[in-house]
Amino acid sequence: MEKKKIISVHGITKVFDMGAVKVHALRGVDLDIYEGEFTAIMGPSGSGKSTFMNILGCLDLPTSGDYFLDGVDVRTLTRDQLAHLRNRKIGFVFQTFNLLARTSALENVELPLFYNREIRKKERLERAMESLKMVGLERWADHLPNQLSGGQQQRVAIARALVNNPVIMLADEPTGNLDTRTSFEVMEIFQNLNNRGITIGLVTHEADISKFAYRNVIFRDGRIHQEIAVKNRKIATDELAKLPAEDDFIEEQEVL
Amino acid sequence: MNYLNLFIVAIRSLFKNKVRTFLTMLGIIIGVASVIAMLAIGQGSRDSIERQIQEMGSNVIMIFPGASYRGGVASAAGTAVSLEMDDVNAIRDECPSVKYISPVARASAQVIAGANNWNTQIYGIYPEYFDIRSLKVENGELFNDADARRGTKVCLLGKTVVDNLFGEDVDPVGMKIRIRNVPFRVIGVVQPKGQSGMGSDQDDVIYAPFNTVQRRLRGATTKIQQIYISAISEEYSSKAQEEIDQLLRQRKHVAQNDDPPYRIRTQQEILRMLTSTSQTMIVLLASIAGISLIVGGIGIMNIMLVSVTERTREIGLRMAVGARGRDILRQFLLEAVLLSLLGGLMGIALGIFSSRMFVSLLNWPVTVTSYSVFLAFLFSTIVGVFFGWYPARKAARLIPMDALRYE
Ligand SMILES: Nc1ncnc2c1ncn2[C@@H]1O[C@H](COP(=O)(O)OP(=O)(O)O)[C@@H](O)[C@H]1O
Ligand SMILES: [Mg+2]
Repeated sequence: MEKKKIISVHGITKVFDMGAVKVHALRGVDLDIYEGEFTAIMGPSGSGKSTFMNILGCLDLPTSGDYFLDGVDVRTLTRDQLAHLRNRKIGFVFQTFNLLARTSALENVELPLFYNREIRKKERLERAMESLKMVGLERWADHLPNQLSGGQQQRVAIARALVNNPVIMLADEPTGNLDTRTSFEVMEIFQNLNNRGITIGLVTHEADISKFAYRNVIFRDGRIHQEIAVKNRKIATDELAKLPAEDDFIEEQEVL
Repeated sequence: MNYLNLFIVAIRSLFKNKVRTFLTMLGIIIGVASVIAMLAIGQGSRDSIERQIQEMGSNVIMIFPGASYRGGVASAAGTAVSLEMDDVNAIRDECPSVKYISPVARASAQVIAGANNWNTQIYGIYPEYFDIRSLKVENGELFNDADARRGTKVCLLGKTVVDNLFGEDVDPVGMKIRIRNVPFRVIGVVQPKGQSGMGSDQDDVIYAPFNTVQRRLRGATTKIQQIYISAISEEYSSKAQEEIDQLLRQRKHVAQNDDPPYRIRTQQEILRMLTSTSQTMIVLLASIAGISLIVGGIGIMNIMLVSVTERTREIGLRMAVGARGRDILRQFLLEAVLLSLLGGLMGIALGIFSSRMFVSLLNWPVTVTSYSVFLAFLFSTIVGVFFGWYPARKAARLIPMDALRYE
């Protein structure tokens, strides 16, 4: 069966004009991502991973190149249409969580639905609660970000990315600020979501995190250097089981 | 986002950042309140002067014995010269622009009626004084010229004196009172005048025949403290002043170029003096008000701009999850409007409240004008809305990534 192309980019470049110098962050990237895929983008720091991810998430615009998202030519869209696209088709997870401070987990998750006129309050609350359930935080719905551990905050951010049923979830180093165990827990969530059919693209510079994906795309100097299918794909649930028990204790302390 | 959601989000955002909300509102509250209070004090003093014009009648002229003061030094000419009853009669007979004239003798004394006593001012006058000051007898009757000349021991009481000596709702006409142990018969009560523009009680007074006060309460002097005159009309008041001056110069042998040993003041001159003082005060108060508005405005501006970093990232995030530029603008505009309205209303309340405090604690004449309320409110709202909305507009025009990256 022919799978649907969710993302299709050709010859993407991005130049940051810093006045005196021009930084060529992306120098021509071609990539296709199909429905249901789990792709990890790897590469050294400064190789353009984040820049690329931001363009995929329609948070930034390429200097040149084509980008089709779910069949839509992104380059032709107005600002409002881009906002609409971000609202309906993309779920984005940031390295630094980017939760609204002094705002409960549930409200943070609700946020994208506030900008969807078709969704009424009742449905908004139901869907936000459902999203929180998927990341295992339904009991923390009323908590404020500063009452949550880093791992929990990132799970709230994932729930927020999920809530609008996006065609693709994009994550830029979602485990970058987390310890090993919490990272694995977050990856477990991504794998579960992927098993439900959600397309995922994530950036990481950690080799062991990339092993949770099916495909690794390796960036170097603003270009794709290598693409590999992951052999011996790791399952996060199993990896978590293998971790030494004392980590549990530390994690609980953190939560408290 | 629909309007209800927008409203809820804006309210929540204000509540979530209580300190920021409070500080911003504080700027508005103080700015608005102080402008209202300052302008109320200024307006109040202006009003009180206007009220005095009405109270006194603008054709009143007063003569005081003694030289006028120039640069703090009394001019030498004839300090020994005094005003006598002859002068009063001469003015009445020889100055055509003078309508009413009455010498005034004033004394402060302890007054006793039965078990009650009260300290008040006794005015010794001729009946015409009532015409000059437009006083009316409410109950009983006024003494006549003959009584004033002879020194009959009768008197008329102001309302405050009646209340304090006899109690309210008591008709004292016909009763006896003792002023410095001299028995007086009460023959009338004067219609209340209320507070004067200067805040003193004009009903705390006793009127008695001129010579009674001169002889019994002022040590049997013939020297006159003060003469009250009214010109035949307002237009004649400076003419009357001129006539009186010429007459008195002649009678007291004062050369045209010398300073006379008396002062003639028309009501208009006194008013001019008062108005110019109050004008200075109004300018001063208005400057303070202006400064506090500006300081308040800067406060609002600061807080709004300081929160830009946090807010720019918030805006970036909202855009990242699908907010359009206009969603952002509406939200922030609404927040700023709510903040300014709330702060403005509280400022108005505080301003009016503190104006009332000035009235009740300090007895200052205070008038809250609607234009000051409007002015202060408008200004703070414009400042609040502009500085709340402007950074938001800037951020809403960014690409989401640039807003998220903003430091
Ligand atoms: N907003 C920006 N302005 C200027 N240069 C930038 C900006 N963002 C990224 N860059 C530059 O682009 C290059 C790629 O950055 P980035 O995509 O963040 O790399 P990675 O995420 O792989 O570490 C780097 O040289 C970085 O300095
Ligand atoms: Mg990066």
